[in-house]
Amino acid sequence: MLGGRDGEGVALAMRVLVGQARISDAPRLVAITSAHVDSCLYHGQVSLDFAQRLVELGARVRVPTTLNVGSTDLIHPELVRDQALASAGRELMAAYVELGCTPTFTCAPYQLPGRPGLGEHVAWAESNAIVFANSVLGARTDRYGDFLDICAAITGRAPYAGLQTPEARRGTVVFDCRPLGEFTELTYPLLGHHVGSTVGAGIPVLVGIPPNAREDDLKALGAAAASAGGVALFHAVGITPEAPSSVDGLPVRVVDVETLRRVRRELSADIAELDAVSVGTPHASYAECVRLAGLVVGPPLTLPLYLSTARATRDRLAEDGVLQVLEAAGVTVVVDTCTYVTAILSPGWKNVMTNSGKWAHYAPGNLNVSAILGSLTECVASARAGRVVLDA
Amino acid sequence: MIVHGRTLHPGSATGLPIRLTAPLSFWGGTDNLGRIVDAHHPQCGAVLTGRILLMESGRGSSSASSVLAEQIRARTAPAAIVLSRADPIIPLGALVAAELYHLDLPVVVAPYDAVPDDVLVRVSATAGEAAISW
Repeated sequence: MLGGRDGEGVALAMRVLVGQARISDAPRLVAITSAHVDSCLYHGQVSLDFAQRLVELGARVRVPTTLNVGSTDLIHPELVRDQALASAGRELMAAYVELGCTPTFTCAPYQLPGRPGLGEHVAWAESNAIVFANSVLGARTDRYGDFLDICAAITGRAPYAGLQTPEARRGTVVFDCRPLGEFTELTYPLLGHHVGSTVGAGIPVLVGIPPNAREDDLKALGAAAASAGGVALFHAVGITPEAPSSVDGLPVRVVDVETLRRVRRELSADIAELDAVSVGTPHASYAECVRLAGLVVGPPLTLPLYLSTARATRDRLAEDGVLQVLEAAGVTVVVDTCTYVTAILSPGWKNVMTNSGKWAHYAPGNLNVSAILGSLTECVASARAGRVVLDA
Repeated sequence: MIVHGRTLHPGSATGLPIRLTAPLSFWGGTDNLGRIVDAHHPQCGAVLTGRILLMESGRGSSSASSVLAEQIRARTAPAAIVLSRADPIIPLGALVAAELYHLDLPVVVAPYDAVPDDVLVRVSATAGEAAISW
């Protein structure tokens, strides 16, 4: 491939891959079964130049490849307030589709059919997708910089290094969560943020996660851990497929209720006034959308409420009539992108409530807003009341 | 004086060093004019353009490779980057900029404690070896 046998596009992708393998001290490349590409989010002219060079050179992906969010909502383009960004974003998304990627435009590809299984080597980008694939599915992916994801998809290979190797996947530090007792929906993102910001380069092993934890809970936990500290794999004893049966000999850190109270104070501004509410980061699952629809029926919402989800989930919601319930209640459904990576919220808004630890981590820097963290129920109650309403 | 290191991306450059006391993420941490905008970073406000950037490692988002490549294209990137720990994300940005624009920003791993802050320093990195001299 490096010599141009499969075309100049493949040779370019292979040069990038081999260069990375050398830097990572990978002894060889490994064949992958799928890729998830995050390079379709616009970061400047270079994003377009690279994708269009690959298109011009005739490159095509050789494994099933999904696409992460882009910089615009292709179904509701009027939602994006910066038309220059939206236009460049649209061009970039089109270039990746031309390379043979499937236009999924979601940060939660694990909510689509055909997700990878235990032990499969894949090349997935987007931090929350990486941690979910590694931890919950037991598939194997390392963390890759932009550009490498598409090069892996085009060559069907990844450097055999980092979390592709079994040695790097062993847990190194235990977080004993048993003192937390019963978990609420918010325990997961708060715990994730705590683990992410304290684990350093270690692989966390969580003890005491309730056996009935749902995939949506593990998604919230992983996303918060990945954004707060770059966690790409966690083990939850009794729940995730590669978790150890014994944690003897590992250092232990105890997580108690007071720890998570402190995390909540760090992540969430102590403010009563509210301008808007944004849920669905990472993209809401079908089950989460249905739950939201049940909550918004009733007295009208007085503040804008945004729901980010995948276009595939929106299609399913439309078929079932749930989308109509959400829209009738005034919920703005955003697809293909997310409210914290592009210009959707009004620049005048100062205080925005979310149920996502990841959104609360990034939005203050990206959007210059104060974030208030609450459960989905608290988010809806607040959108209705026009101010922050918390249960406790 | 000379310090030897390992090449992550080849190239050569001369400039005034700037030493960061904390890791930096190019995405969210710098703007496209090469300025540090991460409010939590100790060197917030410093401009990296044309400097020999000395820092322990990159941090955080995998989009850092895009942001660095874009700065190389726009001529607002550092002149060279010297890390104390190998990091795959930063040299990836340099590699893609070299492929697209034939602009080589040297990225090396070297113990840089002895490098002075106040004189021009030369970074010379080939596939085989890297040297920082002043």
